[in-house]
Amino acid sequence: MIRAETDREWFAQAVTDALPGLFGAALRLTRNRADADDLVADAIAKGWTRLETLTDREKVRGWLFRILTNAFLSGRRIEARRGAHESLDPEAEEDFSLFEQLHAPILLWWGNPEQQFLDKLLREDLARAVDGLPEQFRLVLVLADMQGHTYQEIAEMLNVPIGTVRSRLARARAQLQQALWKHACDAGLVREGQKARAAHE
Amino acid sequence: MPVMPALSVKARKHVRLMSDVRTIDCEEALRRLFDFLDAELAGEPQREMEHHLEHCRSCFSRLEFEKRLKAHTAELGHEPVGEDLERRVRALLDSFKC
Repeated sequence: MIRAETDREWFAQAVTDALPGLFGAALRLTRNRADADDLVADAIAKGWTRLETLTDREKVRGWLFRILTNAFLSGRRIEARRGAHESLDPEAEEDFSLFEQLHAPILLWWGNPEQQFLDKLLREDLARAVDGLPEQFRLVLVLADMQGHTYQEIAEMLNVPIGTVRSRLARARAQLQQALWKHACDAGLVREGQKARAAHE
Repeated sequence: MPVMPALSVKARKHVRLMSDVRTIDCEEALRRLFDFLDAELAGEPQREMEHHLEHCRSCFSRLEFEKRLKAHTAELGHEPVGEDLERRVRALLDSFKC
């Protein structure tokens, strides 16, 4: 397909604007900088060849993220056929609440413990917790919380019922909060009494 | 007999709307919390949730916590791009034929 120079300039600007977001999403999906670089480059190349499928240029950002996600998914399907697929933990909790663990009077911090926890939460601790999620949970979390897709859009992208999206997202959030709680305990941010109380519950 | 101050049309409509809203308990509110947070609720369920949050400090605090944690998570979706990738993308964009 022949394109005008103005199309190329416009596309280059759109890609440049979206690049930190594309790379961020790719890094969370692949958990590896080299693979994330490859995924971003693949998505940009695919985007250019399929430019005519973009009907509204105002929506280029979401369109690029969709291409990136699909490129990731098709790569994973190939790996899954090779037997490298990560299985879901059927026992994964759906209702663990970090707020409920923190919202107690006997914590190390006085006043508003849950808010103080978030103030002290380091980006790398949160990134580690997200990266530790099983792939299918991590994927819905990236699509919903980082890319801002609706449940319906995610269901269409993943070709699953909307109830599955809701359930995976709930489990993703519960596991993420559980990992953050564990980190808080390990890092000594929570008193022994509180840990014992939480374990008892 | 005390005289009630006159309400504007908008205020009367708001009072009427709120008085029509069904009350939900905390258990139901927590079940809907993430749908509300993700803007997946609409119409009556959303109004019931808003009504509950206006009156329940505990659920309101929980929502604020989840909102902040979600905002922190969203920030992970943006990463500084390394020089290698920047160079690679520039070369790729330059290679596209017109």
